[in-house]
Amino acid sequence: MKSAVLVFPGSNCDRDLAVAIKAVTGRAPAMVWHREAELPEGTDLIAIPGGFSYGDYLRSGAMAARSPIMRAVVDAAGKGVPVLGVCNGFQVLTEAGLLPGALMRNAGLHFVCRPVGLRVENSQSIFTNGYSASEEITIPVAHHDGNYQADAETLDRLQGEGRVAFRYTGEVNGSARSIAGILNDAGNVLGMMPHPERALEAAHGNTDGRRLFEGLLEAVA
Amino acid sequence: MKARVFVTLKPGVLDPQGKAIHHALEGLGFGGVADVRAGKLIELDLVDETSDADIEAMCRKLLANTVIENFKIEKAA
Repeated sequence: MKSAVLVFPGSNCDRDLAVAIKAVTGRAPAMVWHREAELPEGTDLIAIPGGFSYGDYLRSGAMAARSPIMRAVVDAAGKGVPVLGVCNGFQVLTEAGLLPGALMRNAGLHFVCRPVGLRVENSQSIFTNGYSASEEITIPVAHHDGNYQADAETLDRLQGEGRVAFRYTGEVNGSARSIAGILNDAGNVLGMMPHPERALEAAHGNTDGRRLFEGLLEAVA
Repeated sequence: MKARVFVTLKPGVLDPQGKAIHHALEGLGFGGVADVRAGKLIELDLVDETSDADIEAMCRKLLANTVIENFKIEKAA
């Protein structure tokens, strides 16, 4: 699998994501700087990491979503290339219009940094086929702006079309309908606030995130 | 030409920051505050030929996230 991890000024999970992808796929991803206008030829997975791109100026993910490389990402996503956005990557995907809704300040105002329970709502996607339907897993979150909001019509549509990938099993950040991760309508773009790359090996405390990358490898390669 | 863009959360969108400010005001003993909503003010210094349509496009494309925010443009000479 030929993957690419985007790097913005202020990204801080780019290396974690690259390590996870390499551990599972056996091939190190290309690290692509935000000012590049093109992705490496033949990229078949784009990963947008967590962090605080552009210092969260204006809104989390707002500046990154307008950076040169994102035009290439929008183009590739339109052609069906899988795009995974984790945490700030999820915020970037909503700001870029690749996913609906917005991620707002956590309802409790605090930065939340802890392992949280998730329920796998859709186990049929290329990202979640390593899990079973309704399975409960534990993945860490670390965010200040993870409160997912969209209008009721959008939320109904996401739910009706099976595009809610993960829901929190308890209260985390005030997200509408406890949404932790969503898919685009074609199913090739996933945005999620929890960090699967931080639950990859036994030393992390749990390995529930690993199957996301394994499932992706199986679906894509 | 200067323009001021006011970005505010849409009515009904939960504003945790406004809530926190409200609590802090109450903590300081200011009663009688029914609600607080926090927003942003962005000042643009523009060349005189800038059209209204351009300013509006700036708001829609970047300055406001119209999923959750409204914007108001105020032009000054």
